[in-house]
This record gives sequence, C-alpha cells and structure tokens, in this order.
Amino acid sequence: MAQLSIKERQSGGVTVLDLSGKITIGEGSVQLREEVRKLLEEGRNKILLNLGDVAYVDSSGIGELVSSYTTTSSRGGQLKLLNLTKKIQDLLMITKLLTVFETFDNEEEGVNSFN
Amino acid sequence: MTETIELSIESRYEFVDMVASISRDAAGRIGFDEDTSGWIELAVREAIINAIKHGNKSQEGKGVDVKFEIGAEALSVYVRDHGEGFDYGRLPDPLDPGNLLNPTGRGIFFMRTFMDEVEYSSHPEGGSVVRMYKGKRPS
Repeated sequence: MAQLSIKERQSGGVTVLDLSGKITIGEGSVQLREEVRKLLEEGRNKILLNLGDVAYVDSSGIGELVSSYTTTSSRGGQLKLLNLTKKIQDLLMITKLLTVFETFDNEEEGVNSFN
Repeated sequence: MTETIELSIESRYEFVDMVASISRDAAGRIGFDEDTSGWIELAVREAIINAIKHGNKSQEGKGVDVKFEIGAEALSVYVRDHGEGFDYGRLPDPLDPGNLLNPTGRGIFFMRTFMDEVEYSSHPEGGSVVRMYKGKRPS
C-alpha cells in the first residue's frame, strides 16, 4: 500500500491536493514531489495542499514541503497549506517555517486567497 | 531495573517504521504521554535515517545497530552506523534565515529539540554512535 495517497481536485482556478498518509523519507516524499512537478508542467501553479489527513511527517517530508514551495514559487506560482494537524503545525513552528508558508484552516478562505 | 532491546537492520528505509514502532512502545512502557512518545519516535526515526543515509551512505549491506535502554524514568537510545564517520558538528543551522528554504538539514535539529541529550561518538570498532536520552519530567 502506498505511503501517501494524493487526490486532486479543482476549486476555481486552484488545484487542491488532498493528502492522506505519511510524508516521510522514500515513497511519500517522492510521490508529493512528482505530483507537484506534474501540476507545474501542466501550467497549474496555484496549489493548495490539504494536510488534514496526513498522519505523519518527518524531516524529509518537511523538506519536501519546502521544495514544493520553492519550486512552485520559482515557476511564478503559489503553494499554500490547508488544515495543518497539530503535529505538523508544531514542526513548522519550531523550524520557523510558519513564517514562510501561508496556512489556512478554512478551504474557502484558502482558495480565495489566490485571487 | 533497566530493560534492554537490541536489534540490527539493513540500511533500508522500509525498516525505519519497525524500529520507530519499538521506540513508541518503549516510550509508552516508561509512561511518557502520547505526544512525547510521538516526538521520541520522530527523533529515533531521524537518527536511523541519518545512520543509513550519511553514515552508511545507503549501502544496504551495512547494518544499523539500535539499542533501547528502558529505565523506570528514562529512555536511552543508541544508534550505530558502520560508515566512515560523519562530522555531525559542522552542520548549518536550519533556523538561520538563509537556510530556512533548504530542503534538508532538519533531522539532527529535531533530535536535539525532542530529546534531552544527543551525543555523537566514534565506535572503537568503526562507525559512529549517537546516544539519545529522554527523562520523564516530574509530574
């Protein structure tokens, strides 16, 4: 079974990725990287990552979120985070990455923030 | 009385989950709360990943030896790689504004954040050993 399940949907001009499972070294991190790369190649560069069902993240997973953010920004797009779990929020806080990412608890607000 | 669990794994990331699971059980046995057990598990995961990636350079034939010492009030974890040695003292600070967007470099930071003590040493028979210690806070 895959470490990470990624479901993709459109909301307005924003691509929402519903992530479920683990973003850890190996498969989970690679899956996220490939999905974001695919979206950017298709010109879809407004990306909202829904992390509400992500059960586990390690330093590699945090690194992959950062990579996804910088890759998207470098292509003129934006990547934002939705529904942080308490653990992910804690990890982003202690790494000071909450100062980097735009985060939302409400999907509508997140989607509208791209416009 | 201290209980000891020792095991060795090949340098494959798929084995990290198994060791992490032992770590969580060991922390629970001592009576750490669920949050703390989760952070200990993360520190153990990061130590093993470092041993595989930086210590053993991902050579599957090289093992990672793990020892848990489960005391009444504290957990000590030893993780040994069989590599050529890695200078863990010369790592960039992941909180430096210039490093915030680096995709790597946070594993040891997590270990130091979530454990009370983290020490590296060279093993007399080769490789590096990291010792991590977490004690229960008085309630």
